[in-house]
Amino acid sequence: MLKTVILIGGPQKGTRFRPLSFEVPKPLFPVAGVPMLQHHIEACAKVPNMKEILLIGFYQPNEELTRFLSCAQQEFKISIRYLQEYAALGTGGGIYHFRDQILSGGPEAFFIMNADVCSEFPLPELLEFQKEHGDTHSFVILGTTANRKQSMNYGCIVENEQTNEVLHYVEKPSTFVSDIINCGIYLFTPEIFQHIGAVFQKNQQDMLLYPYEGEEQTNGWQRAEVIRLEQDIFTALAGQGKLYVYKTNRFWSQIKSAGSAIYASRLYLNQYHRTHPERLATNEEGGPKIIGNVYIHPTANIDPTAVLGPNVSIGTGVAIGAGVRVRESIILHGATLQDHSCVLNSIVGWDSTIGKWARVEGTPSDPNPNDPYAKIDSETLFRDGKLTPSITILGCNVNIPSEVIILNSIVLPHKDLNRSFKNQIIL
Amino acid sequence: MKALILVGGYGTRLRPLTLSVPKPLVEFANKPILLHQVEALVKAGVSHVILAVSYMSELLEREMRTQEERLGIKISLSHEKEPLGTAGPLALARELLTDSAEPFFVLNSDVICEFPFEDMLRFHKQHGREGTIVVTKVEEPSKYGVVVFEGETGRIHRFVEKPQVFVSNKINAGMYIFSPSMLDRIQLRPTSIEKEIFPVMAEEGHLYAMELQGFWMDIGQPKDFLTGMCMYLQSVRQQGPEKLRTGPGFLGNVLVDPTAVIGQNCTIGPNVTLGAGVVLEDGVRIKRCTVLKGARVRSHSWLESCIIGWSSSVGQWVRMENVTVLGEDVIVNDELYLNGANVLPHKSITDSVPEPRIIM
Repeated sequence: MLKTVILIGGPQKGTRFRPLSFEVPKPLFPVAGVPMLQHHIEACAKVPNMKEILLIGFYQPNEELTRFLSCAQQEFKISIRYLQEYAALGTGGGIYHFRDQILSGGPEAFFIMNADVCSEFPLPELLEFQKEHGDTHSFVILGTTANRKQSMNYGCIVENEQTNEVLHYVEKPSTFVSDIINCGIYLFTPEIFQHIGAVFQKNQQDMLLYPYEGEEQTNGWQRAEVIRLEQDIFTALAGQGKLYVYKTNRFWSQIKSAGSAIYASRLYLNQYHRTHPERLATNEEGGPKIIGNVYIHPTANIDPTAVLGPNVSIGTGVAIGAGVRVRESIILHGATLQDHSCVLNSIVGWDSTIGKWARVEGTPSDPNPNDPYAKIDSETLFRDGKLTPSITILGCNVNIPSEVIILNSIVLPHKDLNRSFKNQIIL
Repeated sequence: MKALILVGGYGTRLRPLTLSVPKPLVEFANKPILLHQVEALVKAGVSHVILAVSYMSELLEREMRTQEERLGIKISLSHEKEPLGTAGPLALARELLTDSAEPFFVLNSDVICEFPFEDMLRFHKQHGREGTIVVTKVEEPSKYGVVVFEGETGRIHRFVEKPQVFVSNKINAGMYIFSPSMLDRIQLRPTSIEKEIFPVMAEEGHLYAMELQGFWMDIGQPKDFLTGMCMYLQSVRQQGPEKLRTGPGFLGNVLVDPTAVIGQNCTIGPNVTLGAGVVLEDGVRIKRCTVLKGARVRSHSWLESCIIGWSSSVGQWVRMENVTVLGEDVIVNDELYLNGANVLPHKSITDSVPEPRIIM
């Protein structure tokens, strides 16, 4: 049997996703109409012999997460449990801490996935690949090709081109190492815990030998438990005949910033043609005009004169008035777009209101369309002391008055704006 | 009676509009700028208008022939071979202006106001000296040349260029009436009437100032063109409110040509002029704009402080603001944002212009 572990992080992580992560844990942020995590779960549920999905993270148990888990269990008929770390233990430390839970029932292999990736999740291919390469105990990283410049923002993998064995692994190098990057999706066998365990033992010994090395005066056990899969495990396993890379050319993107959520939505909406055609809105009599791929929640109320798409996701209970235009945007639940308003390259927060003829517009940060290997830049907010033009984000319960323009701005929750804003963060 | 209108050169300050049409023919509140002046002159008894022009324009000549007939007056074009400033053209037209002993009017072509030509004539005859200039009050005199004159009689003492301390808040409004003998002061060479002629006349006690009542604007550049339109429409509201359009969807002063077509759920105004054959599709919001003949604004767009050139087309969900000026036959694609764009004729705009600039 198989299992999957999804690393969902915690509230201290995902700050680049603010202000949206103030309201909802980032893994539950809707991408293409469903929580980010649901795309992982749907892919796992399709894998034969998949018995359980474990979420590991350090969020306090909360209502949204609980509700999501129980709904997903029912919908996908699979056991899904949340395991809460007592502190952020890193990508390796978390799974090591919960190794008994992962190994119970005796899975012969299990997937590890970061929650903040958007992927076609070629899980059957990974299983197939593992059977064909090395011995049955080998570990597999899902890799993809990036361009030279952007590769340095990721974990870089050098492979033996004949065997696909990982010869060298380095996380975010400062010079070019390889254009094969780590997708944050792995297939492990239970043997991985021996390697993580070895690092854990070594950390513990180091702490006994050099007890006051770090400046933080925390519980030593905790520090020994903080283990990063990438730097601490993969780097050591590279070249040992244990670690392999399976390269995919299917779609893949990180979801670090809010801007990348719009891009990820586009990728998933496009996938719906094959996986969930019922989630794509169509042009119907008495309905709004749909251009390209659009997701509309059945509870949304949309005037037939509105024009939506491409790449638009409309959440529950959203109200869209006459003559509204929405393109390349995510409209979260309870938002109201009044008549003739225009929303482009933006995320409109929960219960926000956009007045008549208002224009809410951002600048897309899409990967270069002419470079097949380009990835989305997890941009920094500022460059040379200036806010870089990016998508516009309205936090929850923001009110935009009629006839103003909000351009390339981030509006924090519960603000009533009274004029136009451009290239600003509005506290 | 005669009048000389100083039209001058290419009207570069009102580009891109003047790249397609000579400035005097650009419609201000649905009437060529020049006709506002000419019609007021005719009303005051002028029967011969001379346009001092420093370029050749067939379009202008043809239009003037039409207007001659329509108004039953004579319109002459006086061509300068070289630019003669603001006084030289008077010398060039000397023969036309001196064939009677009547005083004659001189005006700058960019001025819009409630033209007080009859009052000027009366005032001029009353003081009996060589010249009368109309002055208007401004808020910030330090930006202009001001006129210092005797409040009681109007006799001008002196002119002060950009005064640093307050001496007067009245400036030259660009409208004059002169007795023919005044022409003896001007030679046929480039001369500034304000700097070279008026100070001497004032010195000799031959120049009087008459204060203008009501609004005044030099509409020679787009920003002032729009401000002038707001003032003009307010004056229409007072003088002939029946000319303005009212009703649901109209706010404040809105002037609409009868052939313009307006869609449903639009909100228009305050301060909008729609020219002949203009089409506003459904759900357009427009305020403080002039839309020239034959232009179209497609549905759900939002426009403020813009001049839309002849036969231009603005797409759906476009936002334009901050003195965006489209020349003739410009196409703005759907969903764009233009902020202070100055677009030359026959351009197709496919990308937003988030900061003011010229689109060649």
